[in-house]
Amino acid sequence: MEGASKVIHAIYTDDDELMAAVKKVREKHYHIEEIYTPFPVHGLDKAMGLAPTRIAITSFIYGCIGLTVAIVMMNYIMIKDWPQNIGGKPSFSFIENMPAFVPIMFEMTVFFAAHLMVITFYLRSKMWPFKKAENPDPRTTDDHFLMEIAAGNNVDEQFDLLRDTGAVEITLIDKAH
Amino acid sequence: MYTISNRLKTFSMVLVILGILGVAYGFMTSHKSLDEVKTMLAEEHSAHGGAHVAAPDAHHSDNATESHQSASENAGAHAQTNHDDAHAEHVQHQLANRPWAALYVAALFFMMIALGALAFYAIQFAAQAGWSPLLFRVMEGITAYLLPGALIVLAIAVASGTVGHYNLFVWMDPDVVAHDKLIQGKSGWLNLTAFVIRGLIFIGGWYLYRHFSRKFSIAQDNAEEGDNTNFKKSFRIAAGFLVFFIYTESIMSWDWIMSVDPHWFSTLFGWYVFAGMAVCAVTVIAMVTMYLKSKGLLPNVNDSHIHDLAKYMFGFSIFWTYLWFSQFMLIWYSNIPEEVTYFITRIEDYKLPFFGMLVLNFVFPLLILMNSDYKRINWFVIMAGLIILVGHYIDVFNMIMPATVGDRWDIGIPEIGSILLFAGLFLFIVFTALTKAPLVAKRNPFIHESEHFHY
Repeated sequence: MEGASKVIHAIYTDDDELMAAVKKVREKHYHIEEIYTPFPVHGLDKAMGLAPTRIAITSFIYGCIGLTVAIVMMNYIMIKDWPQNIGGKPSFSFIENMPAFVPIMFEMTVFFAAHLMVITFYLRSKMWPFKKAENPDPRTTDDHFLMEIAAGNNVDEQFDLLRDTGAVEITLIDKAH
Repeated sequence: MYTISNRLKTFSMVLVILGILGVAYGFMTSHKSLDEVKTMLAEEHSAHGGAHVAAPDAHHSDNATESHQSASENAGAHAQTNHDDAHAEHVQHQLANRPWAALYVAALFFMMIALGALAFYAIQFAAQAGWSPLLFRVMEGITAYLLPGALIVLAIAVASGTVGHYNLFVWMDPDVVAHDKLIQGKSGWLNLTAFVIRGLIFIGGWYLYRHFSRKFSIAQDNAEEGDNTNFKKSFRIAAGFLVFFIYTESIMSWDWIMSVDPHWFSTLFGWYVFAGMAVCAVTVIAMVTMYLKSKGLLPNVNDSHIHDLAKYMFGFSIFWTYLWFSQFMLIWYSNIPEEVTYFITRIEDYKLPFFGMLVLNFVFPLLILMNSDYKRINWFVIMAGLIILVGHYIDVFNMIMPATVGDRWDIGIPEIGSILLFAGLFLFIVFTALTKAPLVAKRNPFIHESEHFHY
C-alpha cells in the first residue's frame, strides 16, 4: 500500500480558505487524515464529516457518578459514622437533612463531570503528560493551518487541486521513513 | 403582514367567556353563612374521625398529632364555643378569599409573562444581540399585553381592599393593622395610597419604554439605507429601562406578591420572581414563534433560533431553581420562627403543589432539555414549554394562596376559570398586536446576521 504511507501536507494561512479547501477536497473524495490548526475553527468538524462527539454522554454519566458519590459520602459522614446535629434539628435522617447537603451534591456532580471529562478527552486524543508532540509543523501553533491528506495514485492532480484552493505550501511526505 | 385567523379570534373569545362564567361562579358560591361553614367543618371533622376508627393502626402518627391538637383545643374548654366561632369565621373569610386569590394568581401569571418578555427584549437591544432580531416583532406582540395586564393586576389588588373585604392583603384592613405591631411599623410603606402610587409609577415606566421601543422599531423599518438613528435611540432607552426595570420589578414583587404575608420578608424575592417570569417569557416567545413559523409566516427563523430559545428555557429554569433553593435553604437552616413559618405553611398545607412545582420547574426541564438535539425539535420544545408554564403557574399559586385561603385551597372552577379568562385575553391582545406591523424588522442593522444565524 503506497497510499497509506505517503501523505501530502498543504499549508494555509486563513481559516476561511481552509474551510473552503476542506469542502473541495472532500468533493473530490480525497481522504483527509488530519488538520492542525492554531485555534478551534468553528464548523470544521462538520465540514470534515467527523462523527459528532460523544463526550456529552460521558459527561452526563460522570455527573451521575459524582452525585451518587456525594450522597453516599454525606450519608456516611454526617448521618451514619458521626451523626451531626444540623441546624438545631437533630433528626439523623438523610432525607430530612438533605437541603444542607445540596451544595455538596451539586459541587461533586460538577467536579466529577468536569475532571473526568477532561481526562477522557486526553485519553481519547492519545495525550498524556511528557508526550512528544505529533505536530508536523510548529507554525500550526502560531498562524498557519495544515491539512494532511492521503496521497493517491495521481499526486500531481492533488497538488493542482490544493494549489487552486489557496495552499501556500504543498509537500509530499513519506511517513514510512 | 400577519392577520389573526377567525378561528384563533373565536377560540380566545370562547376562553374569555368560559373564564368569566368560571370566575362568576367562584364569586357567587364563595359567600357562605357562618352556620353553613360550621356545618361544613363539623362534617369534615366527623369524616376525619370515621377514617381513624376504620384504620386505627395505619394512622398511628396521624392519631397522635390529632389527639394532641384536640387536647390543646380542650384545654380551654370554657372558651370552646368562642374558639369554634372564631375558627369558623376565619374559615368563612378564607372561603370568600378564594375567587379573589384565584383571579389574582392568574392575572399576575400572565402579566409577568409580558413583563419578562419586555425585559428580555430590552436585553437584546442593550447587548446588540445579532441572533434575535427576527424574533423582535414576536416579543413586541407579547409585550402589548403588559399595559392592560398590569393595570388589571393593580385593579384587582385595589378592589380587594376597597370593594372586597380585604381578600388579598391583610395590611389593607385597618382592624388588622390596629392590633398588629409589625404591620404598624411597616404602614409607612404598606398603605393603600402609596401602594397605588408605586403601582402606577411601575406601570407608567414600563409602558413608556414599551411604547417608545415599539415606535423606534417600526420607524427603523422605514428608515433610509444606512440610517440607524432609530436603532441607536432604542439601544439607549433599553439600557435606561433595564436599570429602571430591575428596581421596579423588585419593588413590584414586594408590593404585589410578598406583602400578602406582611410579616415575612426575603431579600432575594425580587430575583426569584424575576427568574420565574424570565422562564415563562422565553417559553411563550418560543411558542408564539413556532406557531407563526408553522403557518409559514417566519420563513427565516431556523432551528438554531429555536435551539437558542430552548437553551434560555433550560438556563433560566436552572437559575430559578438556584434562587428558589438559595431562599429556601437559608430560611430552613437558620430556622428562625418568623421566617420559617412561610415554608412550614407550604410544606404542611401545600405539600403536593410545593414539591410538585420543583419537579415540573427543575427536574423536567433539566432532563428534557439537556440534550442539545432535543432543543431543535419543535414539538419537543412545545411540550417542555407547557410543563414549564404549568409549573410556574403553580409557583405563583404557592406565593399567593397560603396567605389568602390557607389550607382551603383547591384547583377547581374559580382557578381554572381565571386561567381561561386571562389566557383568552392574553391570546387576543398578543395576536392582535402581531397584526399591526410586519413580522420581520427588516431594517434592523443586525437582521442579516439573524437570518444567517447558525449554531
